[in-house]
Amino acid sequence: MLKIENLHARVEGKDILKGLSLEVKPGEVHAIMGPNGAGKSTLGNVLSGREGYEVTEGSVLFEGRNLLELAPEERAAAGVFLAFQYPVEIPGVNNTYFLRAAYNAQRKARGEGELDSMQFLKLVREKLKIMQLSPDLLNRAVNEGFSGGEKKRNEIFQMALLEPKLAILDETDSGLDIDALKQVAEGVNALRSPERSFIVVTHYQRLLDYIVPDHVHVLAGGRIVESGDRSLALKLEEHGYAWVAEHGEPAGASA
Amino acid sequence: MTAESIETRADNTLLRDNAEVAEALGRNYAAGFVTEIESESLPPGLDEGIIRQLSAIKREPEWMTQWRLAAFRHWQTMPTPDWAKLKIDPIDYQAISYYSAPKAGPKSLDEVDPALLETYEKLGVPLHERAALAGVAVDAVFDSVSVGTTFRKKLAEAGVIFCSMSEAIREHPALVQKYLGSVVPQGDNYFAALNSAVFSDGSFVFVPEGVRCPMELSTYFRINAQNTGQFERTLIVCEDRAQVSYLEGCTAPRRDENQLHAAVVELVALEGADIKYSTVQNWYPGDENGVGGIYNFVTKRGDCRGADSKISWTQVETGSAVTWKYPSVVLRGDRSVGEFYSVALTHHFQQADTGTKMIHIGRDTKSKIVSKGISAGRSSNSYRGLVKVEKGAERARNYTQCDSLLIGKKCGAHTFPYMEVKNPTAIVEHEATTSKISDDQLFYCRSRGIGEEDAVSMIVDGFCKQVFRELPMEFAVEAKKLLEVSLEGAVG
Ligand SMILES: Nc1ncnc2c1ncn2[C@@H]1O[C@H](COP(=O)(O)OP(=O)(O)O)[C@@H](O)[C@H]1O
Ligand SMILES: [Mg+2]
Repeated sequence: MLKIENLHARVEGKDILKGLSLEVKPGEVHAIMGPNGAGKSTLGNVLSGREGYEVTEGSVLFEGRNLLELAPEERAAAGVFLAFQYPVEIPGVNNTYFLRAAYNAQRKARGEGELDSMQFLKLVREKLKIMQLSPDLLNRAVNEGFSGGEKKRNEIFQMALLEPKLAILDETDSGLDIDALKQVAEGVNALRSPERSFIVVTHYQRLLDYIVPDHVHVLAGGRIVESGDRSLALKLEEHGYAWVAEHGEPAGASA
Repeated sequence: MTAESIETRADNTLLRDNAEVAEALGRNYAAGFVTEIESESLPPGLDEGIIRQLSAIKREPEWMTQWRLAAFRHWQTMPTPDWAKLKIDPIDYQAISYYSAPKAGPKSLDEVDPALLETYEKLGVPLHERAALAGVAVDAVFDSVSVGTTFRKKLAEAGVIFCSMSEAIREHPALVQKYLGSVVPQGDNYFAALNSAVFSDGSFVFVPEGVRCPMELSTYFRINAQNTGQFERTLIVCEDRAQVSYLEGCTAPRRDENQLHAAVVELVALEGADIKYSTVQNWYPGDENGVGGIYNFVTKRGDCRGADSKISWTQVETGSAVTWKYPSVVLRGDRSVGEFYSVALTHHFQQADTGTKMIHIGRDTKSKIVSKGISAGRSSNSYRGLVKVEKGAERARNYTQCDSLLIGKKCGAHTFPYMEVKNPTAIVEHEATTSKISDDQLFYCRSRGIGEEDAVSMIVDGFCKQVFRELPMEFAVEAKKLLEVSLEGAVG
């Protein structure tokens, strides 16, 4: 599904990713952990095509296509979704309207029919079963005045609606209390399927108690320095990231 | 050319039913095309002779001719205005023709620039659709004359007069004499004086005591002929407890020369009356290099003459090369309310200097100003507003909110809020923000699958929400589309 090889990326003249490699197969959940400033959000931004994130080396294939040459909206239509660490507010733009615009834009790009507002409302109601969101939030402007937790739920709700093939969740757990965390995790788990893959970026292993990953990677210094199964997350929890830094060869380098 | 022949023509062009007007407007509406139409015009130039001729063509009574001449004499003594922040070439008033009328009413158009057609097709603003909407009466002004007013009968049954200004001068002279110039006097300012001298047509609305106008009224202004100025004059009077909602829309063809549009609008609200006036202004803005376009110098003023009256201006200004316009409300009656909701968008080399004046005279008067300026390209967009509280205006209140949105790095936004408060019990509040469409917002939309241009118009639309909400439904849709078209090529 996704194959990243020797990815180097630069932001504002600063090299952030320095040879990152990662392969994600359909249906897999990969957790990426790492200290602040390691480049986790940078990876998400590069995969989604944000301007200003310059790829200097390496390749990214998504379902065999060169992802890097697609515009952000084309990547979305191809099935890449990024749940933002800090979702932005768009004043005056109704949340439901925004969702429908996004949904229909993607369908149109794929040559599929668009939904009218009645059909779309029906779909929204269906998706509310996966991720609860108060009707109030659906009628307000996009993320405007939402609490931190509400913004994160809104991201997952969008994901449920847009049904991407690959979802990148960037610290969706940060700022959530335990109940909210469980709800968000339930939402994500409900969307897990043999075709859909996830990259779950997190700072804490706590989230992984609820969203159980197939693989865990440690990102440090712009590279994957350690990969393993769930137990790696627990090890990290125990020893802290300093342990990784001392810990030998970057795993990504040999891949 | 005799007065008689022109008058007959004007009458021939009076379209009787809605569908016909809609059709005519549908063909001529919106955009840069020129309607190939035989018209008759006065020769360029301005002197007392021209004004007498104009007045004669319109078969006006002597008092009207004298009124025009008085305005003209005053105008000649006035200095040309100081252009505030605007850059414009001097206007040669002798090179303009002050009257042009279609010979046989608007006909079909032959030669239309396909690129323009396409652009305005994208507008999707078929007038026939709107006209067909039950409840909207339309008056259409083509160059200097009114070509038709719909729904006359239904309005007459309610006691509402809605007709062209020329007709009002002939048919309702007492009303016109009583109110014309009572809000914007002949010598009010340079362009108001010019308009008073040479105005050709416009709309007249009179809603008698206690009557709620049974439908929305609207006027479409169209400049077609070359080297012609358009000087329309609109007068709306609501007697005690009367109510009306009026909409105006404007377009002009694409021409390399600048054309002058200098309108005057006067609103009179007596006790408990309520007037809502909405404008979607889309005069030709000039091309992407700043060539051509309409000079739009307009004086719009409402007088809340009676207690508990209300006047509300809503405007969406996307057109014109230069806009100079400050719809105002004089809050004379106690507890009267004035509102101003504005979206002004400038792109390429457009210049807009617009805002409002709220003059509080009565006690417990309230005003609210919401201004949204959007600048793109190399354009310049200024808000200029005056809130004046006179000595006797006990407990007057004003709330002003001015937001500017910048798209790109070469445009400018300026805010000039003036306040003059002479009563210590008054409360005047002002909030201003300037923002850019952020990369974060754009990326967020795009990462969800929304293309860049759509994302920009969505963000701009959100920015304007507070104002669009004030527009009647079908106008809100039109306004939104206009913004989209006007912003094309603004990003990327
Ligand atoms: N837009 C940007 N401009 C400048 N520096 C950036 C930008 N985005 C990220 N960086 C820098 O890149 C590094 C990695 O950041 P980030 O990817 O956000 O890390 P993480 O998400 O792992 O905490 C940091 O040093 C950060 O300051
Ligand atoms: Mg981050």
